[in-house]
Amino acid sequence: MTPQMSLRAWLVPAILLAIAVALPFVVPKYYVQFASKALILGMLAMALNLVVGYGGLVSLCHGAFFGIGGYALAMVTPKYDPVSLWWSFPFAVGIAAVVALIIGALALRTRGVYFIMVTLAFGEMLFFLFHDNQFAGGSDGAYINNKPEIAIAGRVLLDLDKPLAFYFVVLACLIATIALLAMLVRSPFGHALAAARDNERRARSLGFPIFRLRLIAFVISGAIAGVAGYFSAAQFGFIAPQTLGWHVSATVLVMVLIGGLRSVVGPLVGALVLLGLEEVLKATTEYWKLAEGLIVIAIVLLLPNGVRHLLTAVLGERKEIAPQDVKAVAKVEHA
Amino acid sequence: MDLATFGVQLLNALQYGMVLFLVASGLTLVFGILGVINLAHGAFYMLGAYLAYGIASATGSFWLALIGGVAIAFVAGLLLENVFIKRLYGRDHLAQVLLSFGLILVLDEVRQLLFGKDVHSVAPPQGFAGTIQLTDNLSYPVYRLAICAFCLAMAAAIFYVVQRTKIGMIVRAGAENREMTRALGISFDTVNRYVFAVGIALAALGGIVVSPVSTVFPGMGDSMLILSFVVVVLGGIGSITGAAIGALLIGLTDTFGKVFFPSVSSILIYVLMAAVLLWRPNGILGRREV
Repeated sequence: MTPQMSLRAWLVPAILLAIAVALPFVVPKYYVQFASKALILGMLAMALNLVVGYGGLVSLCHGAFFGIGGYALAMVTPKYDPVSLWWSFPFAVGIAAVVALIIGALALRTRGVYFIMVTLAFGEMLFFLFHDNQFAGGSDGAYINNKPEIAIAGRVLLDLDKPLAFYFVVLACLIATIALLAMLVRSPFGHALAAARDNERRARSLGFPIFRLRLIAFVISGAIAGVAGYFSAAQFGFIAPQTLGWHVSATVLVMVLIGGLRSVVGPLVGALVLLGLEEVLKATTEYWKLAEGLIVIAIVLLLPNGVRHLLTAVLGERKEIAPQDVKAVAKVEHA
Repeated sequence: MDLATFGVQLLNALQYGMVLFLVASGLTLVFGILGVINLAHGAFYMLGAYLAYGIASATGSFWLALIGGVAIAFVAGLLLENVFIKRLYGRDHLAQVLLSFGLILVLDEVRQLLFGKDVHSVAPPQGFAGTIQLTDNLSYPVYRLAICAFCLAMAAAIFYVVQRTKIGMIVRAGAENREMTRALGISFDTVNRYVFAVGIALAALGGIVVSPVSTVFPGMGDSMLILSFVVVVLGGIGSITGAAIGALLIGLTDTFGKVFFPSVSSILIYVLMAAVLLWRPNGILGRREV
């Protein structure tokens, strides 16, 4: 790697980070909240991409993990007091991870299209569980009247009720997620996961425990989705069963596709693009869902590699990185 | 539970299972032949019910709604295959999932434009509105019996076409080994188009048939889609017999689950699915490797 390249590799994220930090001080409050929402969904999309892009498993139940994280927060928040972030956060993430473990252990017994249908069905099972039973508000959803906070000896150090504080907490979690995912996909674990995606039989014959690898990826992904769900519920102070539904999962899949499957931060870009697009469409037409549906269809048919590749194709900056798949297998074989 | 009540519940289970079979057989046919997973299948079930409401309330004839709805769905299926679906052959599942998700958004909005988002009901056809007295205090709606009979006839027709005709032979060969069938000189361009249209028409037919016994509402397609998926996962992809077994299993589980275990009935079918997955990951009649 030449010094110039490594400089550029550091410069771009540094500039983006500076923009992200400066943003809440220059834009109106509404856009700070919008940015928080976009970052949260970006986190969810990046989590999903660990399974879809790197694992090659199209999951349609990540909306359920997202919703479980939110419901966990709603259920431990007392009616009149805020809950402590210290224990409610790990609790919510833990619950999401356990649910992901159970669903993953069953769904990963299947392949391809069965996996899609099974994850979809289990996600809907959770939707009906929360929709039809009254323990968490039923179809009306549940309210979080007081947002989580960090307090020591009665002094509030961090209150998620303040949009600015909330934004920075989400930003910090997002950066931690990016770091974790980037580390994972570069690790031997990530290469083995990609190898199983590209050629399962070969990876298996090389002795990789495919089922365990995929299950670990699925649980990590579900846990991060739970993180996103926790913050989403905290932001709106409300969680509805619809959050668990598969329409959320499919929308996040669209974000992943827009951002590109073979990159850690791509889905974050996809989330920003799709949410920005929705915002514009909602402002211009009453039938924004029709427009969104047509755009989704157009992206699938015309830009199979995501919008990011459209940019690279236009700018001519980088060549298509197709041989990556071959490389992943080769790397594992030489390991 | 006495015998008569049990009989009524059994009829309910049968009727529910048969309608499920109609819809799910369309889904499994499309996947078996085209290799395309179509999430918009449920949307056509919903559109079928709304078309039944629209045509029946405009003309006053349920029969016209039945024929018209199926015909519209069939033509829409031909068009959609020609414009969108055929570009998906050979693409990965992700592209198929997302394109059909885009279709759902579009179809939902089409329903919104044509019929609004109100909940409707459709009157059963003339001569099928009454009930049959089973015992002194138990009766059963004639129309529900008619659904059972109609769906059984449809199932027999589907089995006959798939198992006994040349078209069915092509369909089965295509599901078994598409490349080999193509090499033997079968052009799948036309087969694909008609199979997709038939699949869509079956989904719409299911929606039309149940419109007099259940309410017609915007979200009905979603729950039907999930149920059809569970049927296909239970039975095995591409297998019509599997779809029949899966549909009846779900009909029985759901109906008797509501009677015996009302508090957990909504998740019983998923427990059933989990159990089958542990036992046979590719479905009861599924082949070992997909």
